[in-house]
Amino acid sequence: MKFFEMFDTNILKVLPKSLWVTTCNSGSCNGCDIEVVATLGPRYDIERFGMKLVGTPRHADVLIVTGPVTKFMRAKLLRVYNQIPDPKLVVVVGNCGCSGDVFYKSYNLDGPVDNIIPVDVYVHGCPPRPEAVIEGVAKAVLKLEALGKTAGKSAVHARRTETREPAAEEVAQ
Amino acid sequence: MSTTYTVPIGPVHVGLKEPVTAWLDLEGERIVGAKIRPGAIHRGIEFMARERNPIQVIYLSERICGICSFSHVIAFIRAIEDLAGLKVPPRAQYIRTLVLELERVHSHLLWAGVACYTIGFDSAFHLGMQMRERVMDVLELLTGNRVNYGVATFGGVRWDVTPELAKAMREMIRYYRREFTPFREIVMADPVAQARMRNVGVLTRDEAVRYSAVGPTARASGLRVDLRKSSPYEAYADIPVEPVVPQDYFGAAHGDVLDRFAVRVLEVYQSLDIMDAALDGLPEGPYVAEPNVNKVLASLKKAEGTGWGIIEAPRGDDTHIVSLKGGDDNVFWWKVRAPTYANAVSWPLMFRGNELADAPLIINSIDPCISCMERMMVTDGGGDPLIVTKTELLERCRRKTFDLGSGIRTKGAGTGGLEGGTTK
Repeated sequence: MKFFEMFDTNILKVLPKSLWVTTCNSGSCNGCDIEVVATLGPRYDIERFGMKLVGTPRHADVLIVTGPVTKFMRAKLLRVYNQIPDPKLVVVVGNCGCSGDVFYKSYNLDGPVDNIIPVDVYVHGCPPRPEAVIEGVAKAVLKLEALGKTAGKSAVHARRTETREPAAEEVAQ
Repeated sequence: MSTTYTVPIGPVHVGLKEPVTAWLDLEGERIVGAKIRPGAIHRGIEFMARERNPIQVIYLSERICGICSFSHVIAFIRAIEDLAGLKVPPRAQYIRTLVLELERVHSHLLWAGVACYTIGFDSAFHLGMQMRERVMDVLELLTGNRVNYGVATFGGVRWDVTPELAKAMREMIRYYRREFTPFREIVMADPVAQARMRNVGVLTRDEAVRYSAVGPTARASGLRVDLRKSSPYEAYADIPVEPVVPQDYFGAAHGDVLDRFAVRVLEVYQSLDIMDAALDGLPEGPYVAEPNVNKVLASLKKAEGTGWGIIEAPRGDDTHIVSLKGGDDNVFWWKVRAPTYANAVSWPLMFRGNELADAPLIINSIDPCISCMERMMVTDGGGDPLIVTKTELLERCRRKTFDLGSGIRTKGAGTGGLEGGTTK
């Protein structure tokens, strides 16, 4: 009975048991993307945790962002983020998304990612190993559970209001 | 009466691994026209290099592209070695060749897997990814990293190939000779895969010449182009390489997606042979000319001039041109011409007459590396777009080269490329 009581008070009620993941490449060099693909492959096999890659943000619970955000991709990243239904998690994979890294002096970057959308977990490495990607997503789940136990659903919704909806002309491109 | 609809694909799309936008004009399901707009993930790497010294730019050039990272590094390093006249020990040249071929194997396997994923053949995708982990293991043993290796430096490499490592490599080669053929047969003999890939995205031999296709895309159209044969570099001078073209294996070159698949798959076997030959002939001696980085930097500070580095990356010719100024720490000027930039102009030709459902497969069929090819266009913010023809562009290019004066050499590694290969 205790098990079911837990669900009444926290957002695990609306969190699916298996997290579905979508990715957004916001200007990465592909290095992190091929490591994410390797994470889906048979050796690292992220599906044993119930996670799988889905084609559209509207089906996803977790957004994996790779790359420093270029000026062009800023509005696209916001749009992808806003399309994911709440509650949602953002995992940044790679040094350049976390801090800018080697691209720190570029004229065409709006990043790092936390300038644009709220980030839950940072996975460092250039690129991080697949084990690190798995650990990052697992940490995101723990964070969501902790968040749900303390503040309930409202905390997740409060984060959303920080994020500005992209202007129509930005999306139109 | 037929109506034409325009359907945008991208920049964020499930079928694309990287952001690029394509507008497809459709009549029913048929594609009658296509427009491609790159530029989404331009990061300004060439500009950033002007504030860094050549050693720092090695690690920046790795981050141009994560899949063909070592090709970009070697092209950049060869350009610097060309202008500064640095000598590379033979053992270092062989080790570079080994890593280049390992990279080709992992890139082609990744592409073959992703191509299967694109046509909905998920079990072959997982089979390909499982095989790819073996070459990633060897790369990690050799360099310590899985993706950006950080193994090359000016005048050599940073890590040696030990006997244990050579043994691991031989085992990997044996593994692929044993396991790769079933994968090839599973995909290429599959009637569904054949139906999805045969006569889709055709690029004829003449069009490939006219639109300057390079690498496996050109070879799949029947052109015998391979820089490893036409202007050998590193250890390819000792190891003979023949371009893999489909007419040698299947009688005719169709120039379609299945031919591109076949060329890449057959190049994996070729890479295994090259690695075997390189391990057999691995010379003794030092693996770096000058291990002290500060001494290298001091000698590069005095160097002046422009150098070329052009190599056969997994996707085609990768050209780097670097200019250094005497007394200046930083790279003065750096130009990267990645293979996808040459191949992407063939996309509109490949799209014509195909169905909308094949569009992601056709985009993926040239093995695009968008992060390599991104360009920036600076405009004055108004007015009509300027359209220049190929002739005008050529004239502008010649005028600019003329204005640069004697800084750019006219002979050298860059001149043998496409023409030398096509005459055969």
